[in-house]
Amino acid sequence: MGLKKFVAMRLLYGIIGLIGLSILVFILARVLPGDPARMALGPNASQAAVNALRAQLHLNDPLPIQYWYWISGIFTGNWGLSLYTHRNVLIDVEQFFPATLELIIGAAIIDLIFAIPLGLAAGKMENTWVDNIIRIITYIGIAIPSFVVAIILQLTLGYGLHLFPIIGMLSPNISPPPHITGVVVIDALITGEFNVAADAIWHLILPSFSLALGPLAQEARLLRSGVVENKNKDFTLNEIAQGFPERLITFKYLLKPSLISMISIYALDISSIIANAFLIELIFNWPGLSRYGLTAMLSKDLNAIIAVILIAGILFVIANLIVDLIVGYLDPRIGERQGEENE
Amino acid sequence: MNEKLKNLRILKWLSFNYGIYWYRFRKNKLSIIGLSIIITFVLMAVFAPWIAPYPSSAGLYTNFAQALQPPSSIHLFGTDEMGRDVLSRVIFGLRYSFSLVGVVLSITVLPGVVLGLIAGYYLNRWFSVLIMRLTDIFVAIPPLLLALSVASLLKPSEINAMMAVTVAWWPWYTRLVYSNTSSLRNEDYVKAAELLGASPFKIMFSEILPNQIGSILTKVSLDAGWVILIGASLSYVGLGAQAPTPDLGTMISEGSIYLPGVWWISIFPAIIIVLIILGFNLLGDGIKDMFSTSIR
Amino acid sequence: MTNNVNKLLEVKNLTLGYKVYEGYLKVINNVSLDLYYGEKIGLIGESGCGKTTTMKAIMGILPSNAVIQGGEILYKGVDLLKISKKEMDKIRKKNISMIFQDPALALNPVFKIREQFYDKIKYCSENKLTRTEVHNLSIKFLKDAALPEPDRILDSYPFQLSGGMKQRVIIGMSLVSANELLIADEPGTSLDVTIEDQIMRLLKSIVDQKGISIILISHALGTVRKFVDRVYVMYAGTIVEFGPTQEIFSNPKHPYTALLLSSVPRLGGKEVSKGIPGVVPNYLNPPKGCRFVTRCPYKMDICEYETPKMYEVGKDHYAACFHYK
Repeated sequence: MGLKKFVAMRLLYGIIGLIGLSILVFILARVLPGDPARMALGPNASQAAVNALRAQLHLNDPLPIQYWYWISGIFTGNWGLSLYTHRNVLIDVEQFFPATLELIIGAAIIDLIFAIPLGLAAGKMENTWVDNIIRIITYIGIAIPSFVVAIILQLTLGYGLHLFPIIGMLSPNISPPPHITGVVVIDALITGEFNVAADAIWHLILPSFSLALGPLAQEARLLRSGVVENKNKDFTLNEIAQGFPERLITFKYLLKPSLISMISIYALDISSIIANAFLIELIFNWPGLSRYGLTAMLSKDLNAIIAVILIAGILFVIANLIVDLIVGYLDPRIGERQGEENE
Repeated sequence: MNEKLKNLRILKWLSFNYGIYWYRFRKNKLSIIGLSIIITFVLMAVFAPWIAPYPSSAGLYTNFAQALQPPSSIHLFGTDEMGRDVLSRVIFGLRYSFSLVGVVLSITVLPGVVLGLIAGYYLNRWFSVLIMRLTDIFVAIPPLLLALSVASLLKPSEINAMMAVTVAWWPWYTRLVYSNTSSLRNEDYVKAAELLGASPFKIMFSEILPNQIGSILTKVSLDAGWVILIGASLSYVGLGAQAPTPDLGTMISEGSIYLPGVWWISIFPAIIIVLIILGFNLLGDGIKDMFSTSIR
Repeated sequence: MTNNVNKLLEVKNLTLGYKVYEGYLKVINNVSLDLYYGEKIGLIGESGCGKTTTMKAIMGILPSNAVIQGGEILYKGVDLLKISKKEMDKIRKKNISMIFQDPALALNPVFKIREQFYDKIKYCSENKLTRTEVHNLSIKFLKDAALPEPDRILDSYPFQLSGGMKQRVIIGMSLVSANELLIADEPGTSLDVTIEDQIMRLLKSIVDQKGISIILISHALGTVRKFVDRVYVMYAGTIVEFGPTQEIFSNPKHPYTALLLSSVPRLGGKEVSKGIPGVVPNYLNPPKGCRFVTRCPYKMDICEYETPKMYEVGKDHYAACFHYK
């Protein structure tokens, strides 16, 4: 079937998923008691004004028509007004999104940096003390909710040892770099303000690590079991018999096939990173989309809630696609197998 | 004639080798630890009113004279800002956590499994495709996110949080059972049963389902841990049980303003949550071992 | 102690077991083999009798729970069981190579043939080679293994090749370092009979051309007969008989060999043989004496508690049976 077609199908499924998600969210939002027009104008506005707004917002039309207006609004950039900030939600999103993106990318990177060596070492040195310690770490890592990790890290490394800053993206005395992408670390690096970049990275470490711990523990376990399984397979024995040096076998020929089962979980883990970012941004006072969304959820700011959910959904679909591409690269059989499954 | 059949059935159940499952389970000491943890906590939750030293702390109770006391011999986990005994609140909080698990899993597992069996057996029929597309849509969203969204659109309460998590959860069982079923349905014994004229219903439940029990039960146990995690996350942001109901996640969030000086209000519930999730994970591994037939 | 310079490989009284939960699986019991320069020997026996294990012991790729309980493996006079890992690596790169039973499992599925071949040549040569040199050498060895379109093969993944082609790729790879000894573990078992025949012809021509010694493991008696100079017969981890091919096949002396050869079905309408009654012994608790004692129709009392030595039964022909004492 080929890799391209496989990816295209996944993209299609993702889009269908997003559409379904938008319908679901929309229905839920409309089912909620309360009049959006009334909430927008406040309790002191006259009933006439409310009625007028209702007509303008098409609130009296049948649901499918409302959905149509809403969806076309999304595509033209009219995301509705936030009850909280009183401006187009899209603008809010643009403002807060890069910070969340920075957090998610940071977590994704830390995830891989730790998961791969840990899993590889544990698998290669099965049943030694190294393996046992790593297994204990992974068991505990999976069991700790991310917000608990965040609190503990804040307490110990932040308050206790003063090794890392506790809140915010940048230290108060540092001015943020010019806004190119919005992602502070990248902007700072592009404009050559390395001390700013360093400060931003320093602030990024604790929150990213809190987000990454659970997923990386899971992935290390999977990598470990992949390595354990593959190192006893005939092809590894053959590689040893052919005289391949151990380094080559471990880091190339054992690693690549074992990564496959791990990477498939990576997509799911990215989704949990996206979701958990909500809590982490709260704890670290990170000026990101999730914190914005959480505030929206608690104050029933409908348009904002919907916007945040959509963004998260889109992010997830993109992350899934990237992971699918990586898996396709790692396992050349995928294009063939997946093709049969979908036929 | 029917008498004989009935006796045969009873014999079949009695002679079923339960022993080997237990043997495989207890081979790994960690699984025993997991089982013990969970049993202990469940018992504590069930007998909460009798075990908790200060049962009234679980409700509307204030005793400001005793507020914010560090852990001591009279208050093993200390007291919170209202003077309530943290240990008692934690024990009662266990009730909510386990009832969340119970409710969510009992609502999602059975329908999910049945749907998955149907979709997997009747591949390519219109309803199978419909079922699987529906699950695809739900799976496109991170479960925590979906739960958060649903919970946020409803009034914050225990029940609504449970509903939110349920909505997020049901497609996963369908997918698991669907993928198992669709590969198992081509096995020879299924074809043989079909040839013999067994009804599809019987085939699905007597032939295909028993071969998946292992992976389903493993998932149930691991999921219990996840449900608690999500429940705690929801409560942490205030979307779960409301005050004064004791809930582990809520307690962590309420206590976090007092950190780091007054640490016991947040830390003890956090430790308990970690232990419960750890317990379910270890239990899940043990269940996986129980059904795995590889020689090692 | 004679150190015969004509012997390339000498396995002396090798005894090894696998450590398992219940104890030790005593799989190899006092096995001895000789291989001379330029010789082709065959090792035959049922599945599970320890042929592959012996070969893995020679190559040094036994699993981690294997325990060598005694014996030596002398390669050109050096005991392979006692040398360092580095030295064993050198031998694997330059002198001995092994072809595995199932070619489908022996190649890493997620790498192109090109990667695996290039790496083999790079790491097995002493000089630094340029990329073109490595490429040309790969083509050469693939051609030596009678593979058409070597460029296309290099560009493929293992799953895109047929069983026969995969086996040839492995043969090609092994040729890079099999300068003195090639161990072929049932090279045709997982292939079609016609393909198996092709592979065996290929091996024969390679070995004759290059003068490499070869140990051929098989349980296909017909294949072995056409190919090797001498045959070793193995049962339950022990060598029961060995001698020149012609001798063994026309004049088998050990009861097991005789029964084995008679159970091969023959075209001609005769009745199917009764086979050999009984089962292979349990390796956890093997018989104290001759390991064939549980199934031997000619067993005597002494066979139960004493292990037979190799007794001469013909020219260069020995059998481990008390009947020939």
